[in-house]
Amino acid sequence: MSEQVMVKAENVHKSFGHVQVLQGIDLEVRKGEVFCLIGPSGSGKSTFLRCINHLEKINAGRLYVDGQLVGYRQQGDKLYELRDREVAAQRRDIGMVFQRFNLFPHMTAAENVMEAPVQVKKTSKSQARERARELLERVGLADKADNYPSQLSGGQQQRVAIARALAMDPKLMLFDEPTSALDPELVGDVLDVMRDLAESGMTMVVVTHEMGFAREVGDSLVFMDGGVVVESGHPRDVLTDPQHERTQSFLSKVL
Amino acid sequence: MSTDITKTGGGADGAPSPAAPPEPIRAIPVRHYGRYVSALLALGVLGAIVYAFAQGKINWGAIPDYFFDERIVSGAGKTLLLTVLSMAIGIVGGILLAVMRLSKNPVTSSIAWFYIWFFRGTPVLVQLFIWFNLGLVFQYINLMPLYKQEWSVFMTPFLTALLGFGLNEAAYMAEICRAGLQSVDEGQTEAAQALGMSHTKTLWRIVIPQAMRVIVPPTGNEVINMLKTTSLVSAVQFTELFRASQDIGQQSGSPVEMYFLAAAWYLIMTSILSVGQYYIERYYARGSSRQLPATPWQKVRGTLFSLGRPNGGMA
Repeated sequence: MSEQVMVKAENVHKSFGHVQVLQGIDLEVRKGEVFCLIGPSGSGKSTFLRCINHLEKINAGRLYVDGQLVGYRQQGDKLYELRDREVAAQRRDIGMVFQRFNLFPHMTAAENVMEAPVQVKKTSKSQARERARELLERVGLADKADNYPSQLSGGQQQRVAIARALAMDPKLMLFDEPTSALDPELVGDVLDVMRDLAESGMTMVVVTHEMGFAREVGDSLVFMDGGVVVESGHPRDVLTDPQHERTQSFLSKVL
Repeated sequence: MSTDITKTGGGADGAPSPAAPPEPIRAIPVRHYGRYVSALLALGVLGAIVYAFAQGKINWGAIPDYFFDERIVSGAGKTLLLTVLSMAIGIVGGILLAVMRLSKNPVTSSIAWFYIWFFRGTPVLVQLFIWFNLGLVFQYINLMPLYKQEWSVFMTPFLTALLGFGLNEAAYMAEICRAGLQSVDEGQTEAAQALGMSHTKTLWRIVIPQAMRVIVPPTGNEVINMLKTTSLVSAVQFTELFRASQDIGQQSGSPVEMYFLAAAWYLIMTSILSVGQYYIERYYARGSSRQLPATPWQKVRGTLFSLGRPNGGMA
């Protein structure tokens, strides 16, 4: 496998009971690129994202992050399920940002950011606090360090969530519709932080409905529908000149 | 009494207010005659009850004589000790059982199910007698190198009570904890796992602290319930508050008076526990609401201050 590839999916299938959600996804995310996933709801894009850090187990195919098989270990032609501890270790390098933020409500913004470094990486508290301060400053919330999530707006909460994910120094960031739960006027601040992150060279996989963001910041774009990749390419090409009929009809509704 | 709804200081000329300050509303408040009538009725009934008890053949003077009797005080101390220790066993056991019950491991979840089924399904008084008489099954308690003793010697009334109540309580606490753990949004677990936290870390650092908000109020009830239920151990020869009152009652020839005395002591202790419960609930509410509720003391101060104001309203 090329050293330039961060995420590689080979014929990934996923079903919930009888419902086939992913029906053979093949794609590659190169290191340092912003990879956007778009598609109608129920197309499987969020599910695919959750497979990348093994929050969902895939039923068939192979999924690699940085050359490592996700959730399994292959020896010869046999696959072994990884233990919980090993799965946790894999996830440490993959940051994730959720649609509903999922900040820990019983901790302040700074404590949210410090939690994983202190508990998982065993960073000293003072070091983690210093780092949390830097990260909160980076997302423009230095003055909110001691506020609880309930005292922050949605946009601020989502920026804290991004800082929390960055605190583990991930090599890959997953964004699951990060702006979908936000009031329109708060979307911009979050997108600014993501744009800034993209410029710093972070590899990002972004499930989004923000076509403007995809066009401006994205390096690759995939349109998914019905659990398969319908069309992929450079965002500008796909968004302005979609080749596939389903892409055209989806874009005509959202643009 | 007339009410005006301006805030103190509001409408003054200090701030640049638009145009003329608005005319404050001065309206006659609604009169609630029903409240006066019901208050009078309640007072009347209370008076009748007090009179009836005062007329009864009860020697009320005996109560203050024995209220701080050394046996009563020590009994109350034992009641408290038994309550605290039994609840400690109950809470630790309950959390453990709840986690086992929710575990993906079918063996541990079945064990927890069976435990809860047994201990919730039998009366605690019956369990107490069984513990006390388990010497018929196990003649010795034998922790090989450490300790060996005959069961009847080992199983003191205190230990019987402690095990009986603690293990019974664990079954109830397990259900309370399970409800609490399940009330925490799944997104919390996912967020913690996405950060690379282990199952155990996620449970202790993320899920349990949030579950506490749901677990604490019913646990407070359980503590108060336990304090009263400990009176059952008088049946297995352990002298706590109720047993001590009974003993005094028999010796002094005023058994009924001593029941009233015990009731007063229980009431005082449960009242103190309720106050403690309030503060614990307040602690675990942090982060969940924008402003913490006022403490009782803050409420009292608020009321006192507002009495001085003409509108008498609390902010």
